[in-house]
Amino acid sequence: MAREKTNPVPKKKINKTYIKRYWQLYALLFLPLLYLVIFKYLPMRYIVLAFKEYKLNTPLTQMPWANVKGQTDIFKYFKIAFGNADFRRALWNTVKLNLLDLIMGFPAPIIFALILNELPFKRFKKTVQTIAYMPHFLSWVIIASLCTQLFAPTDGMINSLITRMGGQSISFLDDSAHWVATYVGAGVWQSFGWGSIIYLAAIAGINPELYEAASVDGAGRFKKMWHITLPGIKPTIVVLLIMNLGYIMGGGFERPFAMKNNLVMDVAEVISTFVYKVGIQQLKISLTTAVGLFQSVVGLFFLLSANAISRKLGERGIW
Amino acid sequence: MKIKSAKTQLGDWVFVIFCVLISIICVLPMINLAAKSLSGTDFLIRHEVYLWPKGFNLEAYQTVLSDPKYQRAFVWTAILTAICTVLSLVMTTLCAYPLIFPQLRGRSAINIFITITMFFNAGTIPNYLLMSDLHLLENPLVLILPSCLSVYNMIIMRSFFYGIPDSLRESAEIDGATFVQILMKIYIPLSKPVFATLALFYAVGRWNGYGDALMYIKTNKQYFPLQLLLYNILNNVNAVEVAAQEGFMQPGLKDSLKSATVMFATVPILLIYPWLQKYFISGVTIGAVKE
Repeated sequence: MAREKTNPVPKKKINKTYIKRYWQLYALLFLPLLYLVIFKYLPMRYIVLAFKEYKLNTPLTQMPWANVKGQTDIFKYFKIAFGNADFRRALWNTVKLNLLDLIMGFPAPIIFALILNELPFKRFKKTVQTIAYMPHFLSWVIIASLCTQLFAPTDGMINSLITRMGGQSISFLDDSAHWVATYVGAGVWQSFGWGSIIYLAAIAGINPELYEAASVDGAGRFKKMWHITLPGIKPTIVVLLIMNLGYIMGGGFERPFAMKNNLVMDVAEVISTFVYKVGIQQLKISLTTAVGLFQSVVGLFFLLSANAISRKLGERGIW
Repeated sequence: MKIKSAKTQLGDWVFVIFCVLISIICVLPMINLAAKSLSGTDFLIRHEVYLWPKGFNLEAYQTVLSDPKYQRAFVWTAILTAICTVLSLVMTTLCAYPLIFPQLRGRSAINIFITITMFFNAGTIPNYLLMSDLHLLENPLVLILPSCLSVYNMIIMRSFFYGIPDSLRESAEIDGATFVQILMKIYIPLSKPVFATLALFYAVGRWNGYGDALMYIKTNKQYFPLQLLLYNILNNVNAVEVAAQEGFMQPGLKDSLKSATVMFATVPILLIYPWLQKYFISGVTIGAVKE
């Protein structure tokens, strides 16, 4: 038995005994792999539509290649997309909102974790944590509705307080610049507590002797934060930052879709909502497949580069 | 020395006050909402309700709770969430468990096959066309099957399984236990924390999700999950239908009704998550330390 434990398990040849022994593991894997084939790999065959003319009720292979007046031009829909002002705007908005999210949303959980770490009372710290995790469990429909309740022009709580005190009401939701601030703010509000979990774990992993030694040397609270805590969590910060940079072209659908309103579409339309509107509502299938493919490929490129940079810097890669 | 410790004390209080402020910012919107849902119509019309209900009454809750439309959506979403959570946990276990065995031939190929799906998505339209080809559009199964396995959650579970000592498994193997028996008798009983965490992640995802329903279900309104119903009502998507409904005509009551509806859809999750805090903290932390 002891020998079994110490020796690395030798790779076994695939023969009758191997199959007899290990078939159960493959049987267990069958359903998950079938799921991935059907729901993750099968849709990839429709990507070819980005280069074809979509026709309803026609097999994929029989749809003609994208063409302009009979002249085959498989990149036709990519050209149409980039010639389309709505798409260019959605692309720009995606990058802009993601960047703002990163700039505002990335430091927030780090700062919050540093502050939590300084709290003297354990019970109090746990309560604050529980409260700060709460927004993460709200759906975007509900967060959007909370924003309306707070920020609506006349009946929102903030504006009715402002007007009551004789001030001018602020158009948080119907002016483009204010809406962007509200959108980004809601994102920070939703995620800073949840995001701090990972940093708190990293801080907990720092050797406490370092702090004791620093105290003996007369280092104060902020010196310790700057010279011990921050360097201690630096690897976590770098990996997460790079990972976030990798998602700069990404973008969920539920948040922008729930938070947008008709008055701010010039800043609120992102690629995912554009694809929903033009693809699923107006059924411009080839055009939106091309847009989606563009987003996936650029996103993949960003992610792979981010990972490569992470490894170059001597940090752990993301995978 | 004394002065210094007094200074530290003062610093502590600055952080405490800061944290109190942050907590207030977190709960303030919910309190405002709760106050509105419990307030009288007149006070709402005059925008006099802030953090405490005025003209306290439960009319809005009575309307919401007795409305068959909400009852239906609530029960349907609860059933849907339960089914999705159980199914997803089973699928996640089935995927994570075999992958911890170094003897599994083709393990690295399978791992690559799985990882690719994390970083490359076919896109919204190809997914939509697939659902259409599988006859899943307008079908309630579309809210269950396409999201029944999250690779990210699978990695969390696999990392947890790796943390269980190999010796337990190996001695059971020598005693002649089959792999399924090892899973049922050793791994599942030891993995309650990760099951609790992932159950919470899957349940919250399904309870809060509405994008798939919005895209794949248009006419079969009885299958709308609660959040989509809420979206349509809050954004007056079917303005005529909503206005015809009792209560939504009066401006004041409309406010309290909206608030009560949002509370109704939120409170279940808010009641559950604090009890699972220690589990999901470890879940998030494991997820960050990938193998």
